[in-house]
Amino acid sequence: MLSSWSRLGACKLARTTAAVGRKYATSADDFVLAEFSQKYLGYRKAAFTEKLEIFDADKTPAFPIYRVTDAAGNIIDHSHDPKFDKDFALKIYKDMTQLNIMDRILYDSQRQGRISFYMTNFGEEGNHVGSAAALEPQDLIYGQYREVGVLMWRGFPLEQFMHQCYGNSKDISKGRQMPVHYGSKEHNFATISSPLTTQLPQAVGSAYAFKRQPNNDRIVVVYFGDGAASEGDAHAAFNFAATLDCPIIFFCRNNGYAISTPTSEQYGGDGIAGKGPGYGLHTIRVDGNDVLAVYNAVKEARRMALQNKPILIEAMTYRLGHHSTSDDSTAYRTQQEVDEWGDKDHPITRFKKYVMDRGWWDDAQEKAWQNEARKRILTAFNDAEKTKLAHFHDMFEGVYKEVPEKLLRQRAELDEHLKEYAEHYPIGRHLNK
Amino acid sequence: MASLALQCLKQPLGRSNRRLLNLELTKRTAAHFTFQPTTVNPVPDAGETTKMNLMQAVNSAMDIALKTDDSAVIFGEDVAFGGVFRCTLGLQDKYGKDRVFNTPLCEQGIAGFGIGVAVTGATAIAEIQFGDYIFPAYDQLVNEAAKYRYRSGGLFNCGSLTVRSTWGAVGHGALYHSQSPEGNFTHTPGLKVVVPRGPIQAKGLLLACIRDPDPCIFFEPKVLYRLAAEEVPVGDYTLPLGKADIVREGKDVTIVSWGTQVHVALEAAQHAQEKLGVSCEVIDLASIQPWDEETILKSVKKTGRLIVTHEAPRNSGFGAEIAATVQREAFLHLEAPVERVCGWDTPFPHVYEPFYLPTKWRVFDAIKKTTNY
Repeated sequence: MLSSWSRLGACKLARTTAAVGRKYATSADDFVLAEFSQKYLGYRKAAFTEKLEIFDADKTPAFPIYRVTDAAGNIIDHSHDPKFDKDFALKIYKDMTQLNIMDRILYDSQRQGRISFYMTNFGEEGNHVGSAAALEPQDLIYGQYREVGVLMWRGFPLEQFMHQCYGNSKDISKGRQMPVHYGSKEHNFATISSPLTTQLPQAVGSAYAFKRQPNNDRIVVVYFGDGAASEGDAHAAFNFAATLDCPIIFFCRNNGYAISTPTSEQYGGDGIAGKGPGYGLHTIRVDGNDVLAVYNAVKEARRMALQNKPILIEAMTYRLGHHSTSDDSTAYRTQQEVDEWGDKDHPITRFKKYVMDRGWWDDAQEKAWQNEARKRILTAFNDAEKTKLAHFHDMFEGVYKEVPEKLLRQRAELDEHLKEYAEHYPIGRHLNK
Repeated sequence: MASLALQCLKQPLGRSNRRLLNLELTKRTAAHFTFQPTTVNPVPDAGETTKMNLMQAVNSAMDIALKTDDSAVIFGEDVAFGGVFRCTLGLQDKYGKDRVFNTPLCEQGIAGFGIGVAVTGATAIAEIQFGDYIFPAYDQLVNEAAKYRYRSGGLFNCGSLTVRSTWGAVGHGALYHSQSPEGNFTHTPGLKVVVPRGPIQAKGLLLACIRDPDPCIFFEPKVLYRLAAEEVPVGDYTLPLGKADIVREGKDVTIVSWGTQVHVALEAAQHAQEKLGVSCEVIDLASIQPWDEETILKSVKKTGRLIVTHEAPRNSGFGAEIAATVQREAFLHLEAPVERVCGWDTPFPHVYEPFYLPTKWRVFDAIKKTTNY
């Protein structure tokens, strides 16, 4: 049907251009191909075809998964060993394990009703710390909520994690958000917010602003999950980053689930990496449980991003924990599946081999470190629990830079109310003025 | 989101077409309102003035913003060639492609990108082509921009973000080129919302928004872009946010409005003076969030009567907030119920626009009924 149409078109063209005949048609074809390539396809060369063939998305090969070590932690090709020195490697290892210990303590404390909510990072410690280690401290991070290892790497104090989860008066973000919504200006980590994917186009805007600064040496890295990649804001961000040539790394944690939704119900294509080239993003898929692979990929991506080439990294991993403390994941996946992942492929176990093989770590050190980390976390936890919440007047601050007259009146209204009804409110948990 | 009905405006018009369109605009809007220029220059110290229409005043504000602040960037759909309403005309040539540039066609992206620029401390001036298409950016503006400072305990903010968007009836814009969405945003703490009534206010208020330390949404009444012209200071000046403007003094009835509708109210007030001998005080609210309660209450306590009039639908429109505040704060001063003359609670229609709008006749009738109550 279509081929007879085009034949008809060709006949018409031949008739009207009889004098120049086929030569004219050919040069017009060249013109059209050149124009399409330049004007429409960003200089990608397209050719005409007379074969009617609809591209079969299911038959395209999947992006390969870049790895340096196998699932047991053995390095496969030693030329890819980033050759960490002892201190650097031990910091990676300690940050991952410390995060793991903190997660266990805070998860349990939520179960005991001591904090209101928590989300663990189990199984994903490697992609956080591995990526953070490949960045520079001045690089600005935007996260989703399950990237605590990045803050851990950057030295965000243990005390501050606890203060934030308790929302107490020592929390630098002032107790206004739910637990695990961390942020730190000092550590260049933009404050987390709950709405998924909103941080992606924002990260692109920040990267654009960095690009405009003379001798820019900062990039932006934005983390998000495979579920968040389905939001419209992901599409917006990929597209803006590519058309505006921004120094940014999109780091997707593909852990197989968005709460209960498996990836088979999240997308029909080749994961998140498969989307990259469609937007003009330089793209790589890595083994997210391989710290060395994540490190290498991010290191190289950072180098390219500084040339204003946006990069998409998809880190394949597995969410070992429940989605959050409000979720029981055995309702939609088996405990056997979880156990199998934990046993057969764990980022901490894999990297432990790296430090042990080099004689930098042994079981005695492991035991001592576990005890030490546990003790420090518990001390910070207990201190945070004992710290009072800020005065309720703080609720009215920071909506705008200056507190508007109207809010001052509402604050006075609340004060007046509490004069008579204070006993019905948890006033004792808060600081006096 | 593509604009369809007004797409003709995106193409440079031939002279005859342009004349036709202007004629049509004039014809269509003649019955709706007459622009009343500001007679007393609110910024006498600002120096030399020149005749500018609202589009030129907006352009002048952005020119000054770019000139005085190296970090400032302007972006949105079709802003590079001057914008579909010509508001960014000449700015890319003057300041470069990295400062005035097109984005992909995606409002949530534009708003999110703007927030990100502002988070670094740079000045972001984002354009949403029509107020009607601001809704895809609603999540970014309401959940993100408005709450950035608060939720981070002041560690981060996007205060240097300004979102400009066209606004209001245009004669034939139908459902998606006519809306007045200010009420959708005033319900969100953390945002400032501003609507100017003419070129002098547009320039001074827009510059104030751009320099304000909080995220602002600046709605430009598009019907005034070419139609409204007055003597505007050419230099750098700002007008205060959160401050209403008494544009006509009176003693019997207070009428509060903003944007184009201020001119409708002024005509109705003049007519009421002539036909009924009723003296109306007309106030341009200008800033919808935060709004100048003090000026409104002072006026109502003097006149004892209040009419609020806006183009947006009545139900949950910003008039409701004003009415509720006034009845609570000036209860003993009111001689009649607060009246609201608004768009009907329907989508904004095409051919029925003359019947939909809160016309001067409806405002006049409200003055009559309020004074006879």
